[in-house]
Amino acid sequence: MGTAEKRDYNAMELMICLAARYLEDGSTVVVGTGAPCAAAMLAQRTHAPNLMIMFEAGGMGPLLPSMPISVGDSRTFYKGIAAGSMPEIMEACQRGMVDYTFLGGAQIDMYGNINSTCIGDHRRPTVRFPGSGGANDLASLSWKTMMITPQDRRRFTPRLDFVTTPGYLTGPGAREAAGLPPGTGPYKVITQLAVIGFDPETLRMRVESLHPGVTREDVERNTGFELLWAEELVESRPPDPEELVLLREEVDPLRYIIGRA
Amino acid sequence: MREGFNTQDDSGLGAQPLGDGQLFMSPDVDAAREFFRGKSRRMEPKLTTVSEAVARFVHDGDYIGVGGFGANRIPTALLHEVVRQGRKRLGLSGHTATHDCQILMAGHCVDRCDVAYVVGLEARGLSRHSRRAFEEGRVAVTEWSNAALAWRYKAAAMGVPFLPARVMLGTDTGGRSAAMEIRCPFTGIRLAALPALYPDVALVHVHRADPYGNCQIEGIMISDHDLARAGRRVIVSAERIISNAEIRREPTRTVIPYYCVDAVVEVPYGSYPGNMPYEYYSDEEHLQEWLRAEEDPETLAAFVRRYILDTPDFPAYLELCGGIRRLQRLRWLEHFPGRGGLDRRGNC
Repeated sequence: MGTAEKRDYNAMELMICLAARYLEDGSTVVVGTGAPCAAAMLAQRTHAPNLMIMFEAGGMGPLLPSMPISVGDSRTFYKGIAAGSMPEIMEACQRGMVDYTFLGGAQIDMYGNINSTCIGDHRRPTVRFPGSGGANDLASLSWKTMMITPQDRRRFTPRLDFVTTPGYLTGPGAREAAGLPPGTGPYKVITQLAVIGFDPETLRMRVESLHPGVTREDVERNTGFELLWAEELVESRPPDPEELVLLREEVDPLRYIIGRA
Repeated sequence: MREGFNTQDDSGLGAQPLGDGQLFMSPDVDAAREFFRGKSRRMEPKLTTVSEAVARFVHDGDYIGVGGFGANRIPTALLHEVVRQGRKRLGLSGHTATHDCQILMAGHCVDRCDVAYVVGLEARGLSRHSRRAFEEGRVAVTEWSNAALAWRYKAAAMGVPFLPARVMLGTDTGGRSAAMEIRCPFTGIRLAALPALYPDVALVHVHRADPYGNCQIEGIMISDHDLARAGRRVIVSAERIISNAEIRREPTRTVIPYYCVDAVVEVPYGSYPGNMPYEYYSDEEHLQEWLRAEEDPETLAAFVRRYILDTPDFPAYLELCGGIRRLQRLRWLEHFPGRGGLDRRGNC
């Protein structure tokens, strides 16, 4: 974040609020733990009371009493509409019933491809990460993939060591050629600096808004590849006071997520 | 590339390898049928002890599928026993294998793994010991995704050699998998063909089972419905053993029928330190203790000795971890999930 004036919110609160606003009322979203879950909970408490929150292990529509620790723990179906199964959720995605999903990873490239598998050679990696989990499935099958992620040069890299999860792969037509369902792909990447969308022509990352106090140079300095820029670059709308109250008092009162900023 | 398995494309489906990974388990459905043909259909008592069940049904070199998700509803007691009895060269289905993977890796039990998710404990952090084993190449790895492994169990449960799916395409996850790529004979679209996965042994923890192995599970099923049918041998640990009359009172609730099951053991708190829905929440402090113990191999070895090898059984482990008082606290956390459970006065 910029250093200019003191703000009454932190970077994590801003990212969660920005992400929440994209989730439409009456849509479905598969989330993990952490910031995505907070964003979905906030959206339910603001403009999207009928947002259906799902978890890949089977939880559906919980009235989340607190932040889940695992995407399979009992909070994920607490007072929910159903305690389903992993096939149930993944098949809903594959049928085309899931609108949004949220992902993160160790590396991300300009097409929104994600690495969460390893650094170095796959057989003898320098660093082994957990792997796809459900990420490859959710990004292959959900309509719109969102990311809430820290932005720096190491993470926003020109070449992934391993493509765990498909973004737009190598560019226009590549997802379809690989056999992935048409009309799916990365939608928004929300970082501590900016909101980044994808250029409809090239399917490359295109910065849409800069957070208050952030400059174009800040973003470029923290990106390892060439970004595209929206013609009408705007300032990201900071959290409203009501959003902050809900986020701090109802969504994450113990500051598990917003305390990480 | 896949020794022993037919990869000749005489299917007319335009089949070609999607990945160059090793296929650890054969999707030969007729071999599986022959095996299941020999499996008892008698409704006979299968109640036994944890040590006997593992001694009898888990062998060195077996490929294991573990029920639950992450640390949730995992069969911890069975996994500890596998380590205690020193099983080696196991294959593991890494279907969101977090604490389960951590336990088996700490026991040096695993030499090959179908990976969808391993070495991590979700938001809790990464298992350093497991990472070292994977980074040093001590475990042979084939990559998959969670849905891919879930559907591989489903194919096996259905008795078909593969299921088509629209995942892993276009990525290195697919490229390091052992899936095939095919064309749909009806629509022509590209699909990943996911080979049926029949684990030698499935280990599943449930809420209630009768002595024959009819099981009830509360909360999310995850992939256990299919895993319990895909496993050649199935060991069930249950929080409680109930009577067959109790099962027959509400047949709607039976999710695993007895004929899938080879052994039934009663282990109260058998998923600790994991979360057992409607029973007890996860013990986050103890899971952190596990992660901290992995800082170096010596501290981990001492930790494994203290908590697993030198304890006679799972109840002894529960005692070491704080016994009834600790477990009561975890029950409160589960039942009163607001701001950290119920306090001493009953406020929540």
